[in-house]
Amino acid sequence: MSQSTYLIVGSSHAALSALEAIRIQDTDGSVTLVTQEETLPYSPTILPYMISGQVNPERIFLRDGDDLDRARVTFRKGARLVAVDPANHSVSMDSGETLNYEKMLLATGAEPTLPPIPGMKDACCHVLRTLGDALQLQTAAQKAKSAIILGAGLIGMHAAENLAKAGVQITIVEALPRVLPGYFDEQAAGLVQQVFTEHGIRILTGSTVTNVTASKGACTVSLESGGELSGDLLLVATGVKPRMDYLAGSGIDAGDGIVVDDTMRTSSGDIWAAGDVAEARSFFGGKKRVNATLPSAVEQGRIAGMDMADDPAASPFAGGLPANTYTFFENRSFSLGMGVVADSEEGVEVDLIFQPTSMQYQKLVFEGDRLVGVSGINTDLDPGIMWQLIRRKVELGKMKRRLAALPLETGRILMSSMWR
Amino acid sequence: MVLGKSYPTIAFYPEKCDGCNRCIEACAEFHAGTANPELSRIKIVQDTENGSFAVALCRQCGEPRCVMDCPSGALKKDMDTGVVGWDESKCVSCQLCTLACPYGGITYNPVTHQVMKCDFCDGDPACVTACPRGALELRTGADIYNGWGDLEDLFVPGISACLGCNSELLIRHTLRRIGPNTVVATPPGCIPGVGAVGFNGITATKTPVFHPLLTNTAAMLAGARRYYSRIGRDVTMLAFAGDGGTADVGFQSLSGAAERGEQMIFICVDNEGYMNTGVQRSSTTPYGAWTSTTPVGSVLRGKGRDAKPMPLLMVMHNCEYVATACMAFMEDYYAKLEKALEAAKRGMAYIHVFSPCPTGWRFPPSKLIEVGRKAVETNMAPLWEYEAETGRIHFTYPVENPLPVTAYLSLIGKYHHLDDEQIAHIQRKTDERIETLQKFTREGNVKSIQDVA
Repeated sequence: MSQSTYLIVGSSHAALSALEAIRIQDTDGSVTLVTQEETLPYSPTILPYMISGQVNPERIFLRDGDDLDRARVTFRKGARLVAVDPANHSVSMDSGETLNYEKMLLATGAEPTLPPIPGMKDACCHVLRTLGDALQLQTAAQKAKSAIILGAGLIGMHAAENLAKAGVQITIVEALPRVLPGYFDEQAAGLVQQVFTEHGIRILTGSTVTNVTASKGACTVSLESGGELSGDLLLVATGVKPRMDYLAGSGIDAGDGIVVDDTMRTSSGDIWAAGDVAEARSFFGGKKRVNATLPSAVEQGRIAGMDMADDPAASPFAGGLPANTYTFFENRSFSLGMGVVADSEEGVEVDLIFQPTSMQYQKLVFEGDRLVGVSGINTDLDPGIMWQLIRRKVELGKMKRRLAALPLETGRILMSSMWR
Repeated sequence: MVLGKSYPTIAFYPEKCDGCNRCIEACAEFHAGTANPELSRIKIVQDTENGSFAVALCRQCGEPRCVMDCPSGALKKDMDTGVVGWDESKCVSCQLCTLACPYGGITYNPVTHQVMKCDFCDGDPACVTACPRGALELRTGADIYNGWGDLEDLFVPGISACLGCNSELLIRHTLRRIGPNTVVATPPGCIPGVGAVGFNGITATKTPVFHPLLTNTAAMLAGARRYYSRIGRDVTMLAFAGDGGTADVGFQSLSGAAERGEQMIFICVDNEGYMNTGVQRSSTTPYGAWTSTTPVGSVLRGKGRDAKPMPLLMVMHNCEYVATACMAFMEDYYAKLEKALEAAKRGMAYIHVFSPCPTGWRFPPSKLIEVGRKAVETNMAPLWEYEAETGRIHFTYPVENPLPVTAYLSLIGKYHHLDDEQIAHIQRKTDERIETLQKFTREGNVKSIQDVA
């Protein structure tokens, strides 16, 4: 029976961020970090790059043994959480072991969902969330000549690019009318799709799969529009959902994710949740939702850690907002905030630059004098400074016109005068 | 309490920048072999409305958000140098770091399609060297915290000094460095006034401390030291005396002790007046200054006589070591304390600390360090030291292009009434004093102090 002051379940961004925050404030309290993975901590974000061989699987780890020893953390690999007993401050692991804690962080992340398509479950499809998934996919890619990818979100698109670089012929099937619907509007998505098409990747948008069959190592999907696609390999990247199976019987409040307040506390005392598993407030509107992005996981983990360690500098979560970067075939892009995915402009002011011939796109969205959203493809500005302008709800006044005209320079001037 | 490690940092002075972009060219040259500004890790922008300059540069943050958001482990803070390093071989160009950094410190590299950020150029930043106007400076002053940060502050917390008091800064740093094997003497004035000796039989220091008369600090320490020596104990004698207890009524005993070569470190905390008793003038109050006994009205316009050059007078006593100091130059002060500690084994070490007083001089407490800096940069409080070994003075912080004295006088309320004639007088005296000091340096025409003393 093990007892720790702090028990952290999970070992990716939210967990590591919380660990750092705890150790800054509390150098003595015992910390145990448990993960169901069999390896040192790593980020799922890096996995697509392994498939093309760009990244060496032995160099992906974010902490090594020395780092963990220096932080005085007891690190337990291959330990999967199966039940939580808040009243007794204990959890059960798949090995049957019980771990006791004073304070616990649930940072178990999300796992891929399989859409309820007939034949899906038996089809031996791939997913891409863990190192194990990536290694399997990499092995399969070596033998595959063609692949079908369901879902044109970030994972699907990254996987497509990297599999293509590994020499596999790709077809992406996306149910919604455009690629990356969570990040880009029609024009921006069109630019991205154009690049993929130029690299020989076939993308079918607005296409729903009605059936999946597998035989003799090949996969065939049937499309609602009629017609079939075949590939040596099927990768499903249609979405993830929080991993919460262990909550059964615990009484901890959960909706789409584990519900948390602005200090990342769950409904159960002494238990926090952060990252892809958590359902936390939104920056715009305040409603709680799962914010499954890396920057959000880092921020939430930090807040949870600070709160767990009673750090007096802890401040509440300002709310998640959609924020991500995306580089593809040597193009760079990012998407941040509200209104950027909208194709029409209700109640907001949009400043748009769209130059398809030079593969450039830039959209700034204002609500009154405040920047509320910005996205760009191959555009010169500092995404981090834009994020601060949104977060700080800066009343731009005269600077609004200047920001739209010269976002790089104006952003830097604002940064220097306001929060340097 | 351990202060933690401190690292060097690049400071930017926008008022000195003129947008010449030489820093940008130097950075690109150093890192990419070409002066292409797109490859510079330092970026200067100009606000076209008011003409002012701003810099976007990696701050080598203590809690770097780019590191926290990096999925590949390519970004990592080196805890020895403080530099947030970037491993090209691990970077997958996801650009998440550019989203994390609030300062524009890490940016897209258009040639490699990865990212780029300041790496301090192996410790000697090219941009700093290239700037012709001193708008970029490598600040390494924090190094002293690496050397001395583990030392204990031997004064209790909670002494009741004024907000922004220079004396409190001074005594805490001094006793940390001089250490616990010390007897501290502090005559009537602000320092005991704030409780530095203690109350009701409990000392405010983790060393023996006593309260001599205003007239006899040096004599009492001399006696104490002689006794310790007689019983075979090498204990440092340390005085914190105001300018009154040093240069006025304390001068007789100090002069005697210096002439006799008594072993001690005597620190004059020169706030240019008797502050504790209501801001009365002393012999170190400068010409023109308002005090309660040199008021400003229709006839009198502040002090009518120049201050006597106290540190130079102490040099004339054949002391082992004499130095001037200012808290705005902390590394300089720590170096001088070390020399004083050594010199006190042989005789008198005298340090005259320029100690601005927000309350008595009338300036905002937040300006304490700036006032100190300006005093040095205008030559009104030049930083130098004298060692018996060399018989010479040398400037520890030579000011090649001193600012006009008005740059200092304008910051301080006690000088607000000065007319042009008075200011001219002050400028003239300041220039004359520096000339006099220069005569005693190696380049001067006085062979050694022994020639005049």
